[in-house]
Amino acid sequence: MKNYAALAKLCYSFKLQILCFAKIYKGWIIKILNVKISIKNLNFYYNDKQAIHDLNLDIPANEVTSVIGPSDSGITTLLRSLNRLCDLNREARAEGDILLDGKSIFGKEVNVTELRRRVGMVFDVPAPLPISIFDNIAYGPRLNGKKNRKELAGIVEQSLSMAALWDEVKDRLNKPAMSLSGGQQQRLCVARVLALMPEVILLDRPCSGLDPISTAKIEESLIKLKERFTIVIAPHNVQQAGRISDRVAFMLMGDLIEEGTNASVFSSPKDRRTNDYITGRFG
Amino acid sequence: MKKFKEKLSGRIFFALALSSISALALITVFIIYKGAQTFIDVGFFKFIFGMSWSPGRDEFGIFPMIIGTVTVTLGAAAIGVPIGICCSIFLAEFAPSALQNIFRPAIQLLAGIPSVVYGFWGLLFVVPLIRNYLGGPGLSILAGAIILAIMILPTIITISEVSLISLPRHYKDGSLALGLTQWQTICSVQLPAAKSGIVAAVILGLGRAMGETMAVIMVLGNAVALPDSILAPVRTFTTNIGIEMGYASGEHQQALFATGIVLFVIIMMLNSLAQYITRRKAK
Repeated sequence: MKNYAALAKLCYSFKLQILCFAKIYKGWIIKILNVKISIKNLNFYYNDKQAIHDLNLDIPANEVTSVIGPSDSGITTLLRSLNRLCDLNREARAEGDILLDGKSIFGKEVNVTELRRRVGMVFDVPAPLPISIFDNIAYGPRLNGKKNRKELAGIVEQSLSMAALWDEVKDRLNKPAMSLSGGQQQRLCVARVLALMPEVILLDRPCSGLDPISTAKIEESLIKLKERFTIVIAPHNVQQAGRISDRVAFMLMGDLIEEGTNASVFSSPKDRRTNDYITGRFG
Repeated sequence: MKKFKEKLSGRIFFALALSSISALALITVFIIYKGAQTFIDVGFFKFIFGMSWSPGRDEFGIFPMIIGTVTVTLGAAAIGVPIGICCSIFLAEFAPSALQNIFRPAIQLLAGIPSVVYGFWGLLFVVPLIRNYLGGPGLSILAGAIILAIMILPTIITISEVSLISLPRHYKDGSLALGLTQWQTICSVQLPAAKSGIVAAVILGLGRAMGETMAVIMVLGNAVALPDSILAPVRTFTTNIGIEMGYASGEHQQALFATGIVLFVIIMMLNSLAQYITRRKAK
């Protein structure tokens, strides 16, 4: 009888240990199963100036990953290299590798256009094209071969709804996109990217220069969107990172200082510089 | 004392700036003063639509020259505009910087070659080529159009290139990030967005083609008759003035000034059209 009690106690403590193990390594396990983008030893140069130093980072699918840090830390460079938009700069040179679903995006056989369809991007300045709202959204799908007006209309409605803009513009789809407010224009840019059904969405300080209400709307839609997309965002301030992200990476002068779950980075940062940055001591 | 100096320097600059404007005013007043009499003596419609130009018999009709000017200018545009625009796209979007460093000075050099050299080259090279391979006298609309096309290239290339380069970077980035190819981006985003600059470039090029004298005197043949093909010789306003002003007097001289007025008005209209288009873009 006594032995049974001991056994039960032992079992219970095992169970606790397993639970504890699962709790501690939950993030890690999810990461292994669910890595969307894996950056390996990335070094990035503009001519002789090194913008990113030996960066390793895994970005899990269906989560919002924030890359925070003061400006000029290589964050924009990092985002632009994820869809190889950095190729446009002739002085830029990348070393190392970035894997999307396990495949290198720098390989010779990679179709860059195809890659950019899978990895969409929203920029810091809302830049709708000088055409109508409808055409802005339909523009990408149309050039990718979808000509059917009805199908396009469906895509436009769906994308605008996902970007939380449909209700505001449904009556004036044929008005020029430039007539929208700054916040609406930025949501239009989000919708434009969504219309292509990408797998990853990169957002480079999408809310800088927007009012708090527009910012809140964009954040709200991002949190909904992560169910279907993988989101990498460079937030324009630390508070935004805290509000919307699942994982946070902190970069400083081209180095990845620390990365982890939102809770771990914000409540117990391991590095003093991270702590200084998120508490507002610099940056 | 210091204040006086400031004031004085302002006045001096104003006076110098005024002198350039007053030159324009003087020239305008002078040619109108010299030429207006013809419109009264010959009659406006008889002057513009008259078919015969023979100063000896006091017949002053410039209609063949209008046709000559228009055909040569349009011919130059048909050859020069596509080449010029393609060249500017190449320079703005595709050329590596080493090639740009060769192309840009070369194009500027093209603008610096004296027009008489173009005419000489046209006379010795283009004209015989046309005579031998296409027939006719060789001195023709086609020869003039080819020479003028080359002469307006620098204007068209430089201005369109500037308007392409000065587009907001986000147009291009946004389009490429939507997974469009570079060619699709150029056709459907960059060219439409730079449209006003390119149109202005074309119009300024046309103005230059219309005003060119020396080179076309040498290759056009200068016959005052309605051309029946692009291989026929014609006379333009400028060549008319250039050829006959040396020995003209009295009514004949007045008629030449009147030709100048017509040319002046047309070029003024073209230039203000170009300015209107570029201004509209700025708004």
